[in-house]
Amino acid sequence: MTEFLQQLINGLSLGAIYALLALGYTMVYGVLRFINFAHADVFMVGSFAGYYAARHVPAGTIWGGLAVLFIAMAACTVLGVAIERFTYRPLRNAPRLNILITAIGMSLLLEYGVQLLFGSTPRNFPAVFPTSQLHLGGLTVSSNQVIVIAVSAVLLVGLQLVVFRTRLGAAMRAVSLNPRAAQLVGINLNTVVTFTFALGSALAGAGGVLYAMNYPSIDPFMGVMPGLKAFVAAILGGIGSLPGAALGALILGFAETFVGGSAYSTYKDAIAFGLLIVIMLLRPAGLLGRLTVEKV
Amino acid sequence: MTTFLRRTLPLLAPLAASFLLTACGPKPATDTIKIGNYAAITGKDGTFGDSSTKATRLAIDEINAAGGVLGKQIELLVEDTQSKPGEASTVVKKLITRDKVVALIGEVTSSRSLEGAGVAQAFKIPMLSPSATNPAVTATGDYIFRACFIDPFQGSVLATFARDKLQARRAAVLTSISSAYSTGLGEVFTARFPLGGGGEIVASPKFAEGDKDFKAQLTAIKAASPDVIFVPAYYTEVALIAKQARELGITAPLIGGDGWEAPELLEIAGSALEGCYYSTHYSAESPDPKVQSFVKKYRDRFDGRTPDGMAALGYDAAYLLVDAIRRAGSTEPAALRAALAATKAFDGITGRIDMDADRNASKPAAILTIKDGKFAYVETVSPLIAPKSGQPPCRPFRYSPFPPFVSFVVKKIRLRHPCPSVQSVVKRT
Repeated sequence: MTEFLQQLINGLSLGAIYALLALGYTMVYGVLRFINFAHADVFMVGSFAGYYAARHVPAGTIWGGLAVLFIAMAACTVLGVAIERFTYRPLRNAPRLNILITAIGMSLLLEYGVQLLFGSTPRNFPAVFPTSQLHLGGLTVSSNQVIVIAVSAVLLVGLQLVVFRTRLGAAMRAVSLNPRAAQLVGINLNTVVTFTFALGSALAGAGGVLYAMNYPSIDPFMGVMPGLKAFVAAILGGIGSLPGAALGALILGFAETFVGGSAYSTYKDAIAFGLLIVIMLLRPAGLLGRLTVEKV
Repeated sequence: MTTFLRRTLPLLAPLAASFLLTACGPKPATDTIKIGNYAAITGKDGTFGDSSTKATRLAIDEINAAGGVLGKQIELLVEDTQSKPGEASTVVKKLITRDKVVALIGEVTSSRSLEGAGVAQAFKIPMLSPSATNPAVTATGDYIFRACFIDPFQGSVLATFARDKLQARRAAVLTSISSAYSTGLGEVFTARFPLGGGGEIVASPKFAEGDKDFKAQLTAIKAASPDVIFVPAYYTEVALIAKQARELGITAPLIGGDGWEAPELLEIAGSALEGCYYSTHYSAESPDPKVQSFVKKYRDRFDGRTPDGMAALGYDAAYLLVDAIRRAGSTEPAALRAALAATKAFDGITGRIDMDADRNASKPAAILTIKDGKFAYVETVSPLIAPKSGQPPCRPFRYSPFPPFVSFVVKKIRLRHPCPSVQSVVKRT
């Protein structure tokens, strides 16, 4: 029983990080109908930004940690908006395949660009937040896990409020529903898209720092696997749906953790992704997604 | 010209420039002996290749300063495999076909040595791996050699150490399924630890290349309450595993093989590895004047960095190869191969090297521990620790390229071999 609860906590903290990334994929898809493959690399840049920011704040303090988190989020926001402005926007009216290929190119450019600048040797991410272990009965929870879960929960609730309680959020939903009609009623498409990229990239930046805190070795290709898994989580939950992305990420986190801790740990990723295939067969639109007819 | 191209071209320019530079570099003189050296200098296993190639360069410069070999200077061509699968065969092909090297030194890890070995064997160019310990590497063919001990020896040393010195009865084994080194060493330990009575493997979860979260596996290990945890992995993973194990409240010591050997291990792991043990090829603390002179030369040349086991092997590999060229009296591949195979009582930094019939070096292993944030020497184990008679016959160790359930079937079919001695390993059929 203790082992089960412990794995539940492990799965929750893993799923929380996937959720922060998955939201970025699903938001961009909801607004622009394309997969931003560079998103995982924005996440990587977030942890590198955190790495350099951490040198200038007192280590192991709450305020220092929050400052690092904020700086990484700000850096990623700037990067995400810049990527959208300079690479995706010029292709807004091009065939969708072009923008998809551009996203893959952007992803590789970021990976190898960072490798060129900082080298590919893994770096040790410093402990930015104070660390301690909490013992609850037979369970051990590290303060990092608590921080990851808490920060993710706060950001998820915050995002939900932004999307459903603000004018800009309403505009986002309108664009997602029908971009042309939204423009007809006076919504500035560019503002909405920029805002979407800013939000998604900020979450990725936070995810990057939280991930690096838990797994303190960062390198230019660290985003690839979490990015792939978050993308899968977004599809699992129903791409375009915010609660769906969070749900999909948690399911993937739990599946990976429980299989990883069982006798079948060799097939950890195979089983986690096999689960995806089963769910896609039973619910082609994802768990919380709705099937829509593509208008031609 | 789209905005996209305008924005990205300046970024691509340095890449294009570097490509042109390498393409139009000066043609090397022909009266030198060319040796290729390929290793992971960057990436996940970067410090292995970094240490190894630096020491090889040091050795070759010394040899050149002393007049070279066969009256010629040696030209060392270094290629980086970036710790990536697939890269090794590409660079080996380039070194052989374009640079026309007479012999190869590399790779530092087993998986990528296996890749390079296939190419070197096909072209019949002698290859000497400084530090690949998986037996399958030299089983590739008769042109493949190594300067280090092999995993069946290393695994036995560690299993004996855990059982006799650490008094462990319950062991957990955590291996990477995507590394030949890790699965091989893990299998040997699993087979050897229960021998001699009392030992038991209580959990053996697996992880994969690129994993950073090991909490699931470690929670399962914790539930099995082992006395010791065997982690045959490379330093980046070991550091994260150690950190997460301590976060989960696991206090059992971790032990591992020469893949731990890197200063970065302690940088990432911090105090999590205190009181843990690993086996390696030599200790820089050895009072041997030969070792001390090497340590001093290396420190003087490379900013005071202490040479690790990979460096010592890179240095030995260079001298071993040049010694063979000198004895062969030519750089003709077949003659060089025969001379390498005939190496006897070569006196290296990492101990006396004898090339056995399977082209593996038989030599001692050193066990180190981590104490007060530093590596500290514990003991040296000589290669003569063959299993005592009267023990149950064990399964022959083999690196299998198949996933476990397939190799289980394959083993069932072809498994009727006698127990191998520690040094000789059944060749792959």
